[in-house]
Amino acid sequence: MRSGLSFTRLLAVARKEAIHFLRDRRSLGLAFGLPAAMVLAFGWIISFDIRFIPMAVFDQDRTQASRSLVDAFTASSYFVVTDRLERYGDAEPLLNRGAVRLVLVIPPRFQARLSSGGPAPVQALVDGGDANTAIIAMTYARGIVAAYSTRALLGARRVAPRVGAETRIWYNERLKSSHMIVPGLIAVVMMIIAALLTSLTVAREWDRGTMEQLAATPVHPAEVIVGKLLPYLVVGLIDVLVIGFIGDAVFRVPFRGNFLFFIGASFFFLIGSLSLGILISAAVRSQMLAVQVAMISTFLPSLLLSGFMFDIANMPKVLQAISLVVPARYFITAVRGIMLKGVGPDVLWPHGLGMILFGTVGLALAVRAFRKELR
Amino acid sequence: MSLAVSVRDLTRRFGDFTAVDRVTFDVEEGEIFGFLGPNGAGKTTTIRMLIGLLAPSSGTGAVAGFDVLTETEAIKHSIGYMSQLFSLYADLTVDENVQFFAGLYGVRGERLKRRRREVLEMAGLAEHGRRITGDLPLGWKQRLALGTAVLHEPPLLFLDEPTSGVDPISRRAFWDLIYGLAAGGTTVFVSTHYMEEAEYCHRLALMNRGRIIALDRPAALRETMTEPLLCITAEHGPAIAQALQGAPLVLEAAMFGRDVHVMVEDAAAAREYLPALLEGKGLPIRAIEEIRPSLEDVFVALVHREGGAVLG
Repeated sequence: MRSGLSFTRLLAVARKEAIHFLRDRRSLGLAFGLPAAMVLAFGWIISFDIRFIPMAVFDQDRTQASRSLVDAFTASSYFVVTDRLERYGDAEPLLNRGAVRLVLVIPPRFQARLSSGGPAPVQALVDGGDANTAIIAMTYARGIVAAYSTRALLGARRVAPRVGAETRIWYNERLKSSHMIVPGLIAVVMMIIAALLTSLTVAREWDRGTMEQLAATPVHPAEVIVGKLLPYLVVGLIDVLVIGFIGDAVFRVPFRGNFLFFIGASFFFLIGSLSLGILISAAVRSQMLAVQVAMISTFLPSLLLSGFMFDIANMPKVLQAISLVVPARYFITAVRGIMLKGVGPDVLWPHGLGMILFGTVGLALAVRAFRKELR
Repeated sequence: MSLAVSVRDLTRRFGDFTAVDRVTFDVEEGEIFGFLGPNGAGKTTTIRMLIGLLAPSSGTGAVAGFDVLTETEAIKHSIGYMSQLFSLYADLTVDENVQFFAGLYGVRGERLKRRRREVLEMAGLAEHGRRITGDLPLGWKQRLALGTAVLHEPPLLFLDEPTSGVDPISRRAFWDLIYGLAAGGTTVFVSTHYMEEAEYCHRLALMNRGRIIALDRPAALRETMTEPLLCITAEHGPAIAQALQGAPLVLEAAMFGRDVHVMVEDAAAAREYLPALLEGKGLPIRAIEEIRPSLEDVFVALVHREGGAVLG
C-alpha cells in the first residue's frame, strides 16, 4: 500500500486550484488589481508628506523684517498664507473652523528688537486637533524661524558662526514617504493575498460540499495544503515584482540591495502568510467567517502594528509587545533594509531566519489543522 | 466467497442522538447490496463510517480487508465513492474534473487516456469534455460523478443515494450503469429511499431510526409479510388512511402515492366490512382489491411489527 506523499496528487490539487483562481474574476481582481491600486493610493493620496498647510498671519509690526519672515514661510512651500488678520481675536474662529492650521503672530517692534540685537519672539498658534499635522507644522515653523534668525544674525553682524551642524539624511535623502511606503506595502499586500485569497480555499470546499468527495480520496493533507498554496505563491511573487516595478517606475524608490536575498525573504514570508490564511480556512470551515478572521488576525496587524504606518518605538508598551509576534514587522524591516540601505544577509540574517521560521511553522500548522474527517 | 464489507455493532452518536445503532452486516464480493430507508434513517452516516470519513463511536469492521477504525486511508485507495449531494467542482470542465480525480487516485499516462475515454463513454459525456460541469443537467452530473468514482477501477463502490432528485428515466439509465459495473465484478454498496430501486439489489438491508430492521433478498423480504394487503382507490386518500387507523380488522393503513394500502387480519372479511364503514363516515371509495405486497409494504409492516414509527 502506498502511503508516502505523491507528487502527482500534489500537482493535481495545484492545477485544480489554479483553474479555480483563473476562472474567478473577483479573485483575479483581488490578487492583481488591489495591490496596484493600493500602491498608487498610498503613494499619492495618503502621502505622509504634508505640504501647503493653510496659515494665517497677524502682523502687528508691518515692517520689512516682519514681511520677510512671512515670505520665508510661503517660500518654503510647506505653508500658504490664506488670511491676514486685523485683530488677535480673529485667530480663534479660523482655527476652530479648521480653515487654517497655524497662525503666526508677529508682535509690534519686531524689527526694532531684531536690529537692537535683542530677542524678538514671535508666536505660533497651532491647531492641535490633528496631532500629527500639528507636530509636523510646528517642526516646519521652527525650522523656518530658526533659519530666518540665523540669516538675521548674520546680516546684522556679518560674521560666520563658528560651529554649524549640517544635517544629512541617509537612505532616504529627500525624506520621501513613498520610499518608506513601497517596501512596507510589499509586506501588507502579501498579507492581503493570504488573508483574502487563501482563507477562502479550504472553506470553499466545505461550503460547496466538495470536501466530502475530496476527503474520500487517498489524498494526504500535506498534498492538499501545499497544492493549494502553490498557485497563490506564484501570484504573490508576481505581486511583489509588480509593486517593486511601480515603486521604481512611478515613485523612483531605489533598490540598493541584493535582489536574490530579497526574493528569498519574500518567498518564505509568503509561504508563512499563505499558510496562515489556509490555517484559518481549515479551522473555521466557512468562507464568510474565514475572511473576517483573516482580516482581523493577519491583515490589520500587518497594516497597523508592523511599523508600516506607525513607528513601533512610539507605540504603547502593550502594542509594542504584540508587534513582536507580527511577522510583517520583521519582513518590513528586512525589505526596507534591502531596498533603501542596500544591506544584505550579513546584517539582516536574523530577519531572514525569522522568515524561514515563519514559513515552515505556518506550513506545518496548516497541514496539521487540515482534517479529512467530517464532523 | 470473501467479504467486501463486514461490520459488527457499528454505532455513531452525535451528542445524545444515536444516528446509527449497532448495525451488523456482511457484504459479499460482487454483490449489489442495497441500503433502504427513509431520510434520516442513518444510511449516509453508516456509509461515511465505512469509507473513513467519520469515526465510529463504537463497533468494529473491515472494508476491502482494512480496519474501519485504523486503516481508513488504505480503504480510500480501494474504493470509489459518490456522495449524496453532487460534489464535483462546478467551475471545472468535465475533463478537468476527471483529470483532477485521476491525479488523486494516481491514474496516469496511457491508463489515464484509456480510463478517461471509457469513463466518459460510459457516462455518455464523450462529446462534452469541455463543458463546464455546473452547466450540465443533474442526471448528467450524476453520471459524471459515477464516472469519476470508478476512474481507478476500484473493486468496491459506495453510492449514497446516487439517483436522488433525478427523473425516473435517468434513474433507470443510471441503474443500467450500476448493473454494468457489477457484471464487471465490482461490488456495489448503494443506498436509496426509492423502494422500486431497492428491487434491483441482490440483497437489501432495511434501515429505520439508525437500526437495520431486516436484511435479505428482496423476494425473501416480501415473503416475510404474511398478512393480507388491500389497496383502496378513493377521492380522499389521506382522510381514509386516518379513519382506518385502529379500525376493526385493520393492522396498519398508509398512503401509497394516491392510494391507501391497508394491512388486515382477514382479506375477505375486510373487503366486506371496510367499504361500508367508510361510506358511513362520508368517505366513499372507488375500488378495493387484494394486492401483492411491495417492498415498501414490507417496510411499513416491519416497522409496525416493531411497534415503531417510520421516520421521515
